[in-house]
Amino acid sequence: MRQVLLGNEAIARGLLESGCIFATSYPGTPASEILSSFMSMVSQARSPALAQWAINEKVAFETALTISYCGGRAAVSMKQVGLNVACDPLMSSAYTGVKGGFIIISADDPGPHSSQTEQDSRWLAMMAKIPVFDPSCPQEAKDMVAEAFQISEDYEIPVMLRPTTRICHSRQAVLLHDLLPPQIPSGFAKDPQRWAATPAYRYQLHKQLNEKISALRKKISKKAFQKVLGNPGAKFCIISSGVALAQTYDLIKEGQLEELVALYQVRIPYPLPVEDLLAEINSLENILIIEETYPVIEMQLGMRNRVQGRLQGMVPPQGELIPDVLAEAISSFVKKPMAQPKHSAGKMRRPTLCPGCPHRAAFYAIRQTFPQGIYPSDIGCYTLGLNLQAVDTVLCMGAAISQATGFYLAQQMKGENSPIVATIGDSTFYHAGIPALIDAVHQNARFILVILDNSTTAMTGNQPTLSAERLADGRLATAVKIEDLLRASGVKHLQIVDPYHLDEMMNALKKAASFLGEQEGLAVIISRHPCLLLPGAKPSPRESLEISADCLGCEICLNDLECPAMVKNAATGLPEIDQNLCVGCGVCQQVCPSGAIRKKE
Amino acid sequence: MQIAIIGRGGQGVLFLTRILGECALRTGREVIASETHGMAQRGGSVISTLKIGPFRGPLIRSGQADLLLALDEGEVETFAHLLSPRGTMVVNSKQNKYGLAIDATRLAVQIGSPLMANLVLLGFALQHKKLFCGYELAAAVVKDLSPERYKEINEQALQVGFKGNIITD
Repeated sequence: MRQVLLGNEAIARGLLESGCIFATSYPGTPASEILSSFMSMVSQARSPALAQWAINEKVAFETALTISYCGGRAAVSMKQVGLNVACDPLMSSAYTGVKGGFIIISADDPGPHSSQTEQDSRWLAMMAKIPVFDPSCPQEAKDMVAEAFQISEDYEIPVMLRPTTRICHSRQAVLLHDLLPPQIPSGFAKDPQRWAATPAYRYQLHKQLNEKISALRKKISKKAFQKVLGNPGAKFCIISSGVALAQTYDLIKEGQLEELVALYQVRIPYPLPVEDLLAEINSLENILIIEETYPVIEMQLGMRNRVQGRLQGMVPPQGELIPDVLAEAISSFVKKPMAQPKHSAGKMRRPTLCPGCPHRAAFYAIRQTFPQGIYPSDIGCYTLGLNLQAVDTVLCMGAAISQATGFYLAQQMKGENSPIVATIGDSTFYHAGIPALIDAVHQNARFILVILDNSTTAMTGNQPTLSAERLADGRLATAVKIEDLLRASGVKHLQIVDPYHLDEMMNALKKAASFLGEQEGLAVIISRHPCLLLPGAKPSPRESLEISADCLGCEICLNDLECPAMVKNAATGLPEIDQNLCVGCGVCQQVCPSGAIRKKE
Repeated sequence: MQIAIIGRGGQGVLFLTRILGECALRTGREVIASETHGMAQRGGSVISTLKIGPFRGPLIRSGQADLLLALDEGEVETFAHLLSPRGTMVVNSKQNKYGLAIDATRLAVQIGSPLMANLVLLGFALQHKKLFCGYELAAAVVKDLSPERYKEINEQALQVGFKGNIITD
């Protein structure tokens, strides 16, 4: 039977068809739907398999790995920058190896569309010395899950599956197989020289890893690459992988270039059986490598005089390989013009915080109270506080707090003292903010920290945070409260405010500033209001608001609040409220200096 | 056939993508589609591309789309370069400056919610025979993919578009 599935759903289905007993993740675009799909499929199939969200990718990785140590098939999924967080266990687990099949799904984001970098996880697989699969469509992604589990068990090695955004968020009719009932883990077999190896044994483990990889390279040679297109007389050779292969295939067909070009797909970019691949393409003089996003295949092939690609510059060294970019590269490679677009893409509309988003009110209050402030911020919906000029830095998960400490120290050195107001979301705080917070308390750093607590991981699809009373699959959980963590860490000044009440929020900010004026340490405000995308969170019944004739056209509501429901009437030049978008939160009423925004009678 | 569905985050581009993907499967055609998830869904520009037939890649090259379904006319300028010179544009608009236009938002509000403009627009494209499948199949798929409590109203939205008037003034 075939079913239209999102790439992430296909991967989740692949896990179930392979008898995976445990999957975990921390949400992040484009990988988020892998675990949520797995969770709902497990519940539908009444499978004994377990799925749960973890506090961060490192914890997720180590938990899943241990299920594998105990003999169960396990998977961990994340976005590519999440793998940076889990890099420590990744490197070490390659040495210890695994027992039950263990798969790392790291979703890359060429472009990037929703990430800080367009880094290539295949490179990290190569650095760790573990095999990596590079699917070119959802169907292949599902098929590769089964292959990856097999290799992982045969060689006792972690295996990576590396989809990209255009695989995760592609939809395709996928052939379904029966589900394999998951095996309960057989149990932990103690072997301290392996699982708790000291450096002397680590050397032995490294040697074993090298042996595994060279055995694997020979064994998988037939599966690592395949010819996809091309007549015997073809003079040009294109080697590609991932979704770039699929797009290249379409362009060769469109341009009727099969006579000229032989197209090869690399399915397993590491360990690449270089000698076998070279033997296969020996008669082809010109070789172009098309891959996303870094030159992993290109560098392994080595032959700088014969190979063109991202290193040499025929393919741009950064960015997503969309069809227009590929058409240009292929056309200059085969020296045959392809129709070029007459018009280019227009400007994309920037995203904004939703109408009624509590973060908007918090940012407005921060900006009004400390117009001269420095605003380190973090990863999440609230990165869009940029639009309200209340976000100055966004580095990586948790960095808002450590960067606030850094800004404080830099100011100390210079003898400056302008307010530092850091913002971080609740889920990001749990993920990587806690060690930074404890460090800031311990160092007596002085700044205001505003934790934007909307009790969910909103940006990635409203996954629960650690403050929830239940896990995502309905099991009972122990709620871990942010305020308890703050008090236990030694935070001396803490206030919890609903940012919808702008006056209270601004008063809290002023009180925090006067605390900092009096003593050392940081002042924390929890800005708490649920995300409006959560069921039942929208104000109900909705207050209908309108702008009366008292409006002076000062545009504070339009410019400083930046609410999508507030639009400028082209004819009058005055703001008006889009009733289809407005949720009636009432924050704009508090912002209007002439009291012109009123409840509709 | 290559189709681009464009709009802003929250307007129902993804639901239309699912419907057309399922329609393709039920007519025995191959389909590969690409969707926009993540930050852009917060009111930013979003696009889905569907390629129906013997394609492998999900993205559409400039000048190759046979059909552009625009849920928001503010996005037309951003993505118009994808449309083939022989292609058709079907736009949710109060004006008639595009190939085929219908005030889908107004019609959707009349039956209950602006969020159903996506299905009104799809119904309108079906009325003008711009898709690879007919109304009956699309209506069955809409019914099957809609959550229980929206089944009836979603079918109604599709029908309103199917019978709706083109903007001519």
